[in-house]
Amino acid sequence: MALARPDESDERRLTKRAARETAVVRFAGDSGDGMQLTGAHFTLATAVSGSDLATFPDFPAEIRAPVGTTYGVSAFQINFGARRIKTIGDRPDVLVALNPAALKVNLDDLADGAILLLDSGAFSERNLKKAGYVSDPRADGSLDRLRVVEMDMSALTKEALAGTGLTSREQLRCKNFFALGVVLWMFDRSRQPTIDWLKKKFADRPELAEANIMALDAGHTVAETAELQRMPAFEVGPAPMPQGLYRTVTGHEALSFGLVDGALKAGLPLVFCSYPITPASTLLHDLARLKQFDVTTFQAEDEIAAVAAAIGAAYAGSLGVTSSSGPGIALKGEAIGLAVATELPLVIVNSQRAGPSTGMPTKTEQSDLYQAVFGRNGDTPVVVLAARSPADCFEVAREAVRLAVHHMTPVILLTDGFLANASEPWLVPDIDAVPDFPVRFATADSGPFRPFERDARGVRPWARPGTPGLHHRIGGIEKQAGTGNISYDPANHQAMTDARWNKVLAVADEIPEQTVDQGDDEGALAIVGWGSTHGAISRAVTTQRARGHAVSHVHLRHIWPLPRNLGALLRRFDHVLVPEMNKGQLVTILRSEYLIDAKGLSKVTGKPFTIAELEDRIEAVLSPTLVMEKSA
Amino acid sequence: MNAPLTVEKANLSPKDFATDQEVRWCPGCGDYAILKAVQKTLADIGAQPATTVFVSGIGCAARFPYYVETFGFHTIHGRAPAVATGVKLANPELDVWVVGGDGDMLSIGGNHLMHALRRNVDLNILLFNNEIYGLTKGQYSPTSRVGTRSPSTPKGSIDRPLSALNMALGIGARFVARAIDTQQKALPGILEAAWRHKGASLVEIIQNCIVYNDEAFAAFTERSVEADAQVHVVHGQPLIFGKERDKRLKRSENGYGLEVAPLGEGDPLIHDQTDRVLAGMLAALEPPMPVAVGILLDDPAETSWERAVRAQDAAERRPDADLGAVMRRGATWTA
Repeated sequence: MALARPDESDERRLTKRAARETAVVRFAGDSGDGMQLTGAHFTLATAVSGSDLATFPDFPAEIRAPVGTTYGVSAFQINFGARRIKTIGDRPDVLVALNPAALKVNLDDLADGAILLLDSGAFSERNLKKAGYVSDPRADGSLDRLRVVEMDMSALTKEALAGTGLTSREQLRCKNFFALGVVLWMFDRSRQPTIDWLKKKFADRPELAEANIMALDAGHTVAETAELQRMPAFEVGPAPMPQGLYRTVTGHEALSFGLVDGALKAGLPLVFCSYPITPASTLLHDLARLKQFDVTTFQAEDEIAAVAAAIGAAYAGSLGVTSSSGPGIALKGEAIGLAVATELPLVIVNSQRAGPSTGMPTKTEQSDLYQAVFGRNGDTPVVVLAARSPADCFEVAREAVRLAVHHMTPVILLTDGFLANASEPWLVPDIDAVPDFPVRFATADSGPFRPFERDARGVRPWARPGTPGLHHRIGGIEKQAGTGNISYDPANHQAMTDARWNKVLAVADEIPEQTVDQGDDEGALAIVGWGSTHGAISRAVTTQRARGHAVSHVHLRHIWPLPRNLGALLRRFDHVLVPEMNKGQLVTILRSEYLIDAKGLSKVTGKPFTIAELEDRIEAVLSPTLVMEKSA
Repeated sequence: MNAPLTVEKANLSPKDFATDQEVRWCPGCGDYAILKAVQKTLADIGAQPATTVFVSGIGCAARFPYYVETFGFHTIHGRAPAVATGVKLANPELDVWVVGGDGDMLSIGGNHLMHALRRNVDLNILLFNNEIYGLTKGQYSPTSRVGTRSPSTPKGSIDRPLSALNMALGIGARFVARAIDTQQKALPGILEAAWRHKGASLVEIIQNCIVYNDEAFAAFTERSVEADAQVHVVHGQPLIFGKERDKRLKRSENGYGLEVAPLGEGDPLIHDQTDRVLAGMLAALEPPMPVAVGILLDDPAETSWERAVRAQDAAERRPDADLGAVMRRGATWTA
């Protein structure tokens, strides 16, 4: 049966909606339920409405987990609001659970009074058992603290699609669009972007487009008609956003654009060499779709071959880039040392994940900072940068390219599993606003070519094979200053080690001084963060400042070398707190570099910091009585 | 993309390919002879120093690039084929030679050799096989024979050695040859053929380590026995050998191997360098059978890997592509 789509303006007039500044919605279901797609479309509708937002997909490690199991649950969370959104939200206000397993896995994250939208049709005895329930949670009182909305979405979807000619199984596959219709109604969002997408996606199979649209409309209509009894309805308005054209972007999408922009601005072909590993692989996928530019992607036989080929490409005059996660970066370590010794430009992206060893590949962590700064044999300095948000990955990637090619050095760019997959609205930048930074390769001069002759910044020339008169030899063995010939001379090794070290430190002359992200440049407490903790720290600091606390937020992009003014800046605060998703890596560096009593705040659960966790700690630091009570 | 390089033949002599660096192999090392043959080959083929690159890993053999007056990259242990793959990917116009020993290429770097051959990257790979680790002072290698006594195997090695050429054939390599360091007449010709082959070429060069494995190959390289202990294979020529040229190879009775028979009874087997099965049988010959020397297989593919990659990419390339437009594509909205 086809449902008529009511006029959306009529609908608005009829419904009384509770205004909310922000809302967090989590869609959860079986891996096969299409939760990521549902989340993506709710995101699109929310973005188009003008609210700010942040999203994060949380999918299982198993490719095809058995249906209905807790480890097969796939979820997608969105935080959106009429104000600027900085995190994916601590706790969902609305959980959509399409089966008992999805409920079981996510229930503990819900605060009292949260809305739970259930597909009651999926709560069969069999499914309850698969999820490990001994009793039906709907009947045993365990959901009493929540506002439960039950709806037999399975049956209602089938009912809506009766007569379409689709099999019962095919009809059930449209259930996620039914659920989407319900939630779109709940937040007064337009269905049109999804309808347009479905028509385009299923242009070859219009019957499928039509069926999904029918399911979407049915969910919307059912929500509307159920309204009088129990369906909550909200209004979340547009956020004050800087003017311009927006799209949503994931960290890896932005990173791939940033690498291409960097290559274009440097005037170099991009050769990206990688080996599949979670969560880094999507960068390889994204770049493989940007071949209209001078981009070559190479899936190597292993991590070492990937970095080695990137070094070979750099040696031959291209922008060599490799990418992995912690375990793969460990394998690349020796080759990164070769790039340091031969002073070739190289960009290494590390999408960090929970370690050690295999750890939790699909869960996020920031525990490879030591590895990035120190993790090689010998005195092996490299430049280390960290991106703070999905959108920030664009600029940081471009900056990594610039520093690598202009300082003839490897640059490690740290992202993490959260940044890689999370998305947020992106004010699409005007790439022409940033000037090109073209590379000048060495050309034949008078006299013999000296590959390790340095310029004023300590940087050696980049001489491409194929350039007449410049043939020379380089390698991982210590080289004589200037000529590059093998040298075991003691004074030469001291001089070359110092030169490599100072060259990287000199990068600090060409990076911006550290600014304060929020708050004053002196005060009671500086929260120093790096990477994807930016949003949570930022929101926590905003809240604490509103309560009158002298808290400031300093967020580092440049991990090594550190900005010139950082030590002086941090000394202007009574306390320095460094929250990290590791056991305290940046804090160790800050303490050793500046001899300041910075304190760490560690979290390694595979999940980002919540705002509440950070606020608790800020209050503890700023309230001596509380600290004393806690330590007593 | 780099502009195509001039492929004009340079008119240089072997001496022009010697660097000013002192060669530091042990006196009497087989590597000297190989270096000489390579420098002659470079002169013969008219190599341009500017467009020629030698890439090596780690080991005695891997010092090679320092002694050749071209571009050179002495990389890390085992990774030379992978680095060279990146060089070719970035600039397919370069002539890239890869040099390494049996430990470098068959042990720590076995995976990269395998994949360079499998992909058919246009590299000239020279595998110096002396059946021992030299630079680390004499440990047994993946090609050492069972029972090899070395500092790490004082009672004799137990591991079975691998055959580099049979391994390469199994991987699908399309140019497989064997040469001997001291055979200065034959070696440049084999190297030139490897260079002419478009795609991955593997040349195993039997090389004597005078310090740690001296005379390991004496059973078939000694002057007094070599004519009877080696069969030099030439495409289209009969597989005959012996001091008196009186012995021939024939297919064994069951058809799966080769046997030695006197010349005169029956037609000699003719070498066909495009026959992978024959190449496999020849590669497997060990004393007391004659060791096969020369180009066992030379069967080029239509194109090499890096050219296929570049061609596929070139088809997608849009010189007027606008990154800003790509970033603005898809679902967007205006605030």
